Amino acid sequence: MSAESTELPRRRRRGNATFWLGLILVGGIVLAGIVSFFWTPYALSDMAGGRLEAPSAAHWAGTDRLGRDLFTQLMIGARIALIVGCGAVAIGAVIGVATGILAAFATRFLDDALAAFFDILIAFPTLLIAMLVVAAREEASLGTAILALGIGLSPIVGRITRILTKQVLGQDYITAARVSGTSWGAIVYWHILPNIVPFLGVNLALQFGLAVMAEASLSYLGLGAPPPNASWGRMLQEAQGTVYTAPWGAVLPGLALFALVIGINLLADGLRDRFDPARRDG
Amino acid sequence: MMSDLLTVRGLTLATPDKVLVEGLSFSIAPGERFGLIGESGSGKSLTSLAVTGLLAPSIRPAGSITLAGKEIIGAPEKRLVRMRGDAVATVFQEPLTALDPLMPLGRQIAGPVRRRLKRKGQEAGRVAVAREVRSLLELVRLPEPERLIRSYPHEVSGGQRQRVAIAMALACQPRLLIADEPTTALDVTTQAEIVRLITSLVEELGIALLFISHDLAVVGQVAESVMVMRDGRMIETGPAEQVLTRPEDSYTRSLVAAARRFDEALEGQP
Repeated sequence: MSAESTELPRRRRRGNATFWLGLILVGGIVLAGIVSFFWTPYALSDMAGGRLEAPSAAHWAGTDRLGRDLFTQLMIGARIALIVGCGAVAIGAVIGVATGILAAFATRFLDDALAAFFDILIAFPTLLIAMLVVAAREEASLGTAILALGIGLSPIVGRITRILTKQVLGQDYITAARVSGTSWGAIVYWHILPNIVPFLGVNLALQFGLAVMAEASLSYLGLGAPPPNASWGRMLQEAQGTVYTAPWGAVLPGLALFALVIGINLLADGLRDRFDPARRDG
Repeated sequence: MMSDLLTVRGLTLATPDKVLVEGLSFSIAPGERFGLIGESGSGKSLTSLAVTGLLAPSIRPAGSITLAGKEIIGAPEKRLVRMRGDAVATVFQEPLTALDPLMPLGRQIAGPVRRRLKRKGQEAGRVAVAREVRSLLELVRLPEPERLIRSYPHEVSGGQRQRVAIAMALACQPRLLIADEPTTALDVTTQAEIVRLITSLVEELGIALLFISHDLAVVGQVAESVMVMRDGRMIETGPAEQVLTRPEDSYTRSLVAAARRFDEALEGQP
């Protein structure tokens, strides 16, 4: 008991620091994304300044090679990154969780088939699958990018869901629930989903980071959200040629991407520590 | 003559390469307390799973199990779901794993309560369910029901967890309660309390009891009739008093003698 009482507060404090740091990073980017709907320093395609200006009072993040304001692009890029991340994770989670639970419940044959299917899809890089989906559609658009990344993420979510569900299905409380006459649907809703969500949630945060980075890559390749959307990935691509003369053009979107991905992961860890009752109160 | 609640006739359970239970027959009358004795691996827990229709798909059952007049073996899952809880409920060995770690205890008891009220066509609103949960907690003699309803399994003691598990089983108002080694995971003092609780509850509520244990002394306290199993076969059966004091089979005799020696060693007698 005494060992626990000295050990716990320290762990709790560390958990809190993680949570708050994540919240500040993600919160700042979410705020920038929301504000971008109502206000940006300049219009996105407004060539308001000189070419490749360094950060100044007029242009907080400098300007690009056409004289457009980079801070404006960063704000709109935040919006796009969040929309793509949330959309892709939502699509990936719906498809992945549904097929993962189906596999865990299925007959041996269907389960093996689905598990092999997940593994084959995972063997392809998410980005490659997303590129195939974009290529299959007529043209690149924000919606296509989200759908493509969601499909690309779904086998990863599916495989984890399948394993987590099987673990929960082997527990005595599932047998206990079945013995007391609980239907399978109720068992999934009341017992399986709540017990896999803490683990799945952390993983989905990881997938969110992947999706944001993959969107940047798609945009970098010209397969992401087309202009006039600004994307951190396309900012990186455009700044590529001038990285030595105007490094902020590449460094700032890179930092923004880094902050969002790290922030989401810290936040997910912190949330799990806070809301998992088995961890709470030791 | 009253017809039996549970009748098992020639039950054989086998995987493709092994026979686990062979030619088992016994019956339990309504309100009867029946003890199933055997060491681990003797097939007693499998038998109880077969009674609730929860065998793993790799195990093939043969023979006949009738519970409340309905055949279990080969019954479709849909009918089994309705029968579980209505006719039979189970208390497991390890209450920590038999309770959902992420669900408050009150809600875990509320689940079967709500299903039962709906099945019987009674009002199943939040107030009615909460009232029923509270009275179940009182029935299993748990103190501070308000606190327990909001607690998670890891926040209460082993004995309290097992009482919650018993409350969950009784929430179904079954006609047969299966208790599968319900005291094995508990310390000796708590064991005695749980055994007394189960015995008095089934008597009070007129429920039949299938009590599974390897502990002769415990079974002796609970059961009116007993059956001794070994390697999936029935060794001896009869009234508890007769089997446990004047066993006919040599295996039962060795079990009884071992238990007696253990008791004497505990009491420090020669």
